[in-house]
Amino acid sequence: MSKKLLLKNDHIPGINTLATYKENGGYAVLTNALKNLSPDAIVEEVKKSGLRGRGGAGFPTGMKWSFLAKPEGVPRYLVCNADESEPGTFKDRYLMERIPHLLVEGMILSSFALGANTSYIYIRGEYFYVANILEKAIDEAYQAGYLGKNILGTGFNLDLYVQVGAGAYICGEETALLESLEGKRGNPRIKPPFPAVAGLYGCPTVVNNVETIAAVVPIIEMGGEEYAKIGIGKSTGTKLISASGHINKPGVYEIELGLPVEEFIYSEEWCGGIRGGRKMKAVVAGGSSVPILPTELILKTVNGEPRLMSYESLGDGGFISGTMLGSGGFIVMDEETSIVKNLYTFSRFYHHESCGQCSPCREGIGWMERILEKILDGRGTLADIDLLWDIQSKIEGKTICPLGEAAAWPVAAAIRHFRPEFEAYVTNPDSIKDIKHYYRLKN
Amino acid sequence: MMTNTQDIQFSKEAMEKVQKIISRYPSDRKKSALIPILHIAQAEFDGWLSPQTMDYVASILNIQSIEVYEVASFYSMFNLEPVGNCLIEVCRTSSCWLCGAEDIIDHIENKLGISVGETTPDGMFTLKAVECLGSCGTAPMMQVGADYHENLTIEKVDNLFDQFRNENKKSRYC
Ligand SMILES: Cc1cc2nc3c(=O)[nH]c(=O)nc-3n(C[C@H](O)[C@H](O)[C@H](O)COP(=O)(O)O)c2cc1C
Ligand code: FES
Repeated sequence: MSKKLLLKNDHIPGINTLATYKENGGYAVLTNALKNLSPDAIVEEVKKSGLRGRGGAGFPTGMKWSFLAKPEGVPRYLVCNADESEPGTFKDRYLMERIPHLLVEGMILSSFALGANTSYIYIRGEYFYVANILEKAIDEAYQAGYLGKNILGTGFNLDLYVQVGAGAYICGEETALLESLEGKRGNPRIKPPFPAVAGLYGCPTVVNNVETIAAVVPIIEMGGEEYAKIGIGKSTGTKLISASGHINKPGVYEIELGLPVEEFIYSEEWCGGIRGGRKMKAVVAGGSSVPILPTELILKTVNGEPRLMSYESLGDGGFISGTMLGSGGFIVMDEETSIVKNLYTFSRFYHHESCGQCSPCREGIGWMERILEKILDGRGTLADIDLLWDIQSKIEGKTICPLGEAAAWPVAAAIRHFRPEFEAYVTNPDSIKDIKHYYRLKN
Repeated sequence: MMTNTQDIQFSKEAMEKVQKIISRYPSDRKKSALIPILHIAQAEFDGWLSPQTMDYVASILNIQSIEVYEVASFYSMFNLEPVGNCLIEVCRTSSCWLCGAEDIIDHIENKLGISVGETTPDGMFTLKAVECLGSCGTAPMMQVGADYHENLTIEKVDNLFDQFRNENKKSRYC
């Protein structure tokens, strides 16, 4: 099942340069499309492909594009979301670092389809060195006539810029990203209006993830219908998975959607099994926000069917027994891992990253973090576990943006699937002190 | 509050970069350049943003000082207080924690004789524990300026610190 569309050339030396990228077929899709396809025809192919946003929410890209308002005389913008800050996710970095021209080509193609003449790639500030790689690629593309005025003699004009952020997970949320791009604090906006109507500078805007935009290139190359044949059901195409934690071969893998989870974890082709021959305890399959699942539920659904790497299969069972594909941040934990401590690192993270606009998120997450700290320190009570449950249930659905949910879901799932472990912490704290490394509370 | 910004001036080189960044945005949307310019300012003026530096940036963009303060205080990469020459940022989130980030942090604390959040008395190092930097597959990791140091071991950390000391390293993102 190793079908590669995005990373097929990632190991070719020099593929980050325009010359080598072109030698390997780069910019041929763009050149052909600009000469032979109308913008609407490109949107149509993306619709047919069934491509779903790779940033985490999985919204159909073609549909998002067709919502873009097109009032006369008002500029439209395409903004690429390269903020990538969801813990466990590092695929966009890999793609941009290795094959920057694939993103640049995708940005030009997508901007043409949407009628945008200025586009931005908003990248997290910590990825400064990646921003430099992108800027170099963009300079090369300008020199080769793929960017600027009258691109390839077609009359299409496009300026493409990289904008760096400065350390704020919330700026991955699309409206916070737009605020940040306007030089403000990253406070998410109230929706509606959606960016498709009023986005950057109040103008119609499409925000897409790096991987989504890169995928437009193979889609236009092979045609939407062919792309839709890859994958399984409504999970079409390939997906980049960032694999980390206690596995033998962490890294970024491009998989065809539908690959069995068990094969992904244990096959030598992918993660290569659990480190040190230990047993697996749990997996966070789609970035820190999605529900954690214990081994038996990540490998099989409650109906006993093998769990597949797809939007539907990972979601099977809802939040009672399932999870989400999310951003594809796949974190594997071995049998010695403290689920409570792992959860604490997540709550600490979300507390740190809350923009502070909504009280349930700003206050509630900090409260959960403090309770978890207390439990880890051996000072917790059984009532604290119920209190955690109660707090998370009162954040969900009560905030301007989904950061609240992103912080609440991991708490709910950890208690749902690992309640006895929480109870052991409060009823018999000494019994767990021996696995010191994973159970220590510090920093 | 207006502070005297006379002493603060971007070098010619930095000013060229600033002007280039401003030109990327519509002429009535110059404020978009604020974050990138703050990065340049932080790199130019000792790795942190003093009120004077922020007032200077406000004057370049023709915006109120408060508009700069409220942005600078929102983003974790901007230091509003002086830091050591070399800011060490170690990731402590899930994947890094699973792979031993705490041992790395402990080791650096012992080595430098300071705790997270502190600066060594000689002003050389400041140690910070930070959240996921998108390097989870090569955990544990730390960022020093623009550089990512990945798959850290105690030995690797020791070698890096020797190197930082020898070259009197100043960490800068750009
Ligand atoms: C708190 C939060 C953080 C997010 N972070 C990211 C991110 O780092 N990268 C990303 O592409 N999308 C992120 N998203 C999703 C974006 O809001 C948006 O849905 C996405 O960029 C749309 O692109 P896509 O349809 O191509 O996935 C985040 C959402 C939330 C609520
Ligand atoms: S958890 Fe440390 S880089 Fe992601």
